[in-house]
Amino acid sequence: MRAENYQQINHPPSHAFELNFGPNHPGIEGNYALQVQVEGDTVVQARADGGYLHRGFEKLMEQRLWIQNIALVPRICVPDPSPMEVCYSMAVEQIAGIEVPERAQWIRVMQLELSRIAAHLFTFGGHAATTGMYSPMFWGVADRDLILDLFEEFTGGRIYSIYNLPGGVRRELPEGFLQRVTDTLDYIESRLPDYDDLFFKNRVFIKRAKGVGVTEQAMALEYGVTGPNLRAAGLPFDVRRDDPYLVYEQLEFEVPTEEAGDAWARTLVRRSELIESIRIVRQVVAALPDIGGPLRTPIPNPLAWRVPAGESYARVESSKGELAYYVVSDGSEKPWRVHVRGPSSMHAVQVLEELVKGGRIEDVAQTMFSLDACPPEVDR
Amino acid sequence: MSDYNDEGSLLRPLRALSFLGRPAVTEPLEPRLAAEGYRGFHLNEHAECVGCSSCQKICDNAAITMVEVPELPNDEAKGIRNLRPAVDYGRCCWCALCVDICPTGSLSLSKEYVHTCTQEEIDSYFMLPNETGMHGTFYGKGWQKTETSDLLDLQRQEMGERPAELRVDNFDEIVDGFTPEQAMAEASRCVQCGMCHDACPTGMDAPEYIRSIYEGDLEQAVRWIYQSNPFSHVCGRVCTHRCEDACSIGVRGTPLAIRWLKRYAMDGVSHQRIQEITQEQRAAESTGHTVAVVGAGPAGLTTAWDLARKGHKVVVYESRQQPGGMPRYGIPEYRLPYEMLDRDIETITAMGVEIRCGEEVGKQVTMEQLQQEYDAVVLAIGLHLGRSTRIPGSDHAHVRSAVELLRQVTEEGTIEVPEEVVVIGGGNVAMDIARTVARLQRQQWGGVKTVVTALEAEENFLADPAEIREAAEEGVTICPSRGPQECVVEAGQLQSLRTWGVCSIFDQQGRFAPHYDEGDEQCHPAGMVIEAIGQMSNADQLLGDMLTERLEWDRGRLQVCENGRTSETWLWAAGDCVNGPDVVHAVADGHRVATSIDEVLRGALKHA
Repeated sequence: MRAENYQQINHPPSHAFELNFGPNHPGIEGNYALQVQVEGDTVVQARADGGYLHRGFEKLMEQRLWIQNIALVPRICVPDPSPMEVCYSMAVEQIAGIEVPERAQWIRVMQLELSRIAAHLFTFGGHAATTGMYSPMFWGVADRDLILDLFEEFTGGRIYSIYNLPGGVRRELPEGFLQRVTDTLDYIESRLPDYDDLFFKNRVFIKRAKGVGVTEQAMALEYGVTGPNLRAAGLPFDVRRDDPYLVYEQLEFEVPTEEAGDAWARTLVRRSELIESIRIVRQVVAALPDIGGPLRTPIPNPLAWRVPAGESYARVESSKGELAYYVVSDGSEKPWRVHVRGPSSMHAVQVLEELVKGGRIEDVAQTMFSLDACPPEVDR
Repeated sequence: MSDYNDEGSLLRPLRALSFLGRPAVTEPLEPRLAAEGYRGFHLNEHAECVGCSSCQKICDNAAITMVEVPELPNDEAKGIRNLRPAVDYGRCCWCALCVDICPTGSLSLSKEYVHTCTQEEIDSYFMLPNETGMHGTFYGKGWQKTETSDLLDLQRQEMGERPAELRVDNFDEIVDGFTPEQAMAEASRCVQCGMCHDACPTGMDAPEYIRSIYEGDLEQAVRWIYQSNPFSHVCGRVCTHRCEDACSIGVRGTPLAIRWLKRYAMDGVSHQRIQEITQEQRAAESTGHTVAVVGAGPAGLTTAWDLARKGHKVVVYESRQQPGGMPRYGIPEYRLPYEMLDRDIETITAMGVEIRCGEEVGKQVTMEQLQQEYDAVVLAIGLHLGRSTRIPGSDHAHVRSAVELLRQVTEEGTIEVPEEVVVIGGGNVAMDIARTVARLQRQQWGGVKTVVTALEAEENFLADPAEIREAAEEGVTICPSRGPQECVVEAGQLQSLRTWGVCSIFDQQGRFAPHYDEGDEQCHPAGMVIEAIGQMSNADQLLGDMLTERLEWDRGRLQVCENGRTSETWLWAAGDCVNGPDVVHAVADGHRVATSIDEVLRGALKHA
């Protein structure tokens, strides 16, 4: 180091120090970073930094053909990739004025709800692990794998389905698939009492999670928090019900809420949602055999397809909250601009910073997992 | 949610002890087989793949590189390249868009998904997929094409044409031409593989002008078209479209209507504007060199056009009263309105080419004079003499050659035809004369009695299938596999054509030696028999004995070097008289000769 660059560091008192959560830390999701100022065990201040996962998706999308982006967008949220491709497709369909065949809409709903189940199982595991309970984590990941088996079967890929195209879905469901969906859902449902014993009704977990990271309803609204985190603060807002898309209007499901707004409430909302998702998929499974017709409205040659000039905003309810795509076309073969409203960008930066403040070091990781923060959604 | 509280027992986790009585969840150690539609490593049927590189273009991650595989066939005319996609698995994301776009259907993904290697073998992630799989073990196809998965529109836009009943008695053009919507939809099907460019004898920039049409910029399309073809109105109508035979969309679907797209672009820009656009290519200064071209057909005029563009002074000598050559005197007007040919020629003369019609070389002017007057001379005299079957009776006055008759129709507007006519031949010329005669018969007799007899079976006809179909629609009777034996003449009157059934046309060595079934005899009544079995040139008088003697010939065709130059250093030859047999080959030949002459005149290339 050169002398002129040297700066005297004023060392804080010994009980106050700076702690780096991430970008590589067992208590952090993805390559996220929280720079935490601590006094004793108490967090005084936190700075969130999502830049470690900046991959420039929005800019990359401007350089790709309209359908090439289908292969790109699922990467924005690894645990819950399906809403990305469905939502992007919906936005493009809106501009291009493409009608999606009914069968494709039902299949899309099934894909979205299966993805939600997988994402929630994953999040339970993560949350449990941050409170020192590793068995639920292994269970969550293992049971999620059964959902991924289903994805592998009907989309060809376990994680990144890349199953949608503007206009519909790419392949027909395999033979006997709906029965296997039913079997898997039955199994997962039968596991819930075990999860309850081990995790949700576990006194250790409840003691750890109750009262941690409380979002008041007003604060949640102020920061634009959506999804389970908002519903855990008592506001029953769900895009599926309040601004229905695809065929959600024809489906019966509850929008579960909790009042406490803390880490515990958020997890309980997700547990209830998982049950609702199973209910929705069962309705789709029952309805699909009677819904025929094509899978996809053909689009022009993708190498030359020019989506008419215009803009659209499409939103879906992902496992993290309201996910939206704002897409602008200037009438060329590539999008002029794509903006992704990642739900985590609302609750994983300022809100997270606020929530960990005043809490204890060991609750930082739990707070982040209970918010179900997905760092790549923060910085697209 | 009263159940979910912290009032419960601390011992609750102990209920997990019940798991001791449950069977353990175990995963087998054997590799798990992937699902049926799994997206694993690529498979590529090399025999089906044509190397069009559409997979490379759609690849989101630039993971695909087209690699030359020398042992595979490379046939430009058929639209097959020996390039095959190689995949970089460090980049591939297994989205399978390559599979869904593949025009041939050769690509699929397998159920294989494991590959590991040491640092030294890191290159093994870059693979040339074939039909055997990543490691030579076939795991079965995973993700593959289905009936509805194609991302490309494989069916062409139907060209509107006048129904048979409206066209049978007149020479108005048959096709309507594309509407803007049709042209746009047709142009949008192109994958820009460039097979058409490679297959075109004159290397037209078809992908580029199709792109321009798709972008709505017809003037730019015309600019691309005139890079390589001054006979674009003509080729937009009557080209034999080798491009479409090579089109990769045509492997499983109907190829792009490239010819009709060219017609659309040319018709969409005003004649005035086309001339302005072509003038952009004209050299600023004259070179001072002079060139004479004999014959104002496509080959001669293309040579003249090219040389004029480059600043040379060109004079074209044409023995007939109008320029155009075979397109005017050999192609009926229902296929090519002569007004469109005139437009092409006007564009050529606007480039500074002088055409002297009615000046026949060998009569008004001799080759020696041309040699002395000009720096170079080009012979582009075409093939205007019909070949004869030389069967008994073929010397009768009512046994005519197709090219002569077609020429007569153009020159005189119409000719008298008898009530019954038989045509010998199965090529496009045979169809042209048969359909022309059929129209005249309908005008003069109120009905059609024209019979086409050909040696070939119908599926092997040399004529365009569309020509055969349209001829039949217009009332022409097609008699395939008939060998002409005699033009039956009684009392000086032509009565009929006697034919035998054909067993085979070629012998075991592939030589022309027709074999007939003599028991299968037919007599086709005929007041006129027309022979359309090929043409030859008639150059003796034109060249003079001395020059004919000095030049090299092979079975009636003038021999030239690869640049189109004859053994005489001042004389080049182009078009049908050296190699044929259609407009676009003549245009290609014209370019070749013009390039050679230009190089020689500029002293860039000394004749060896």
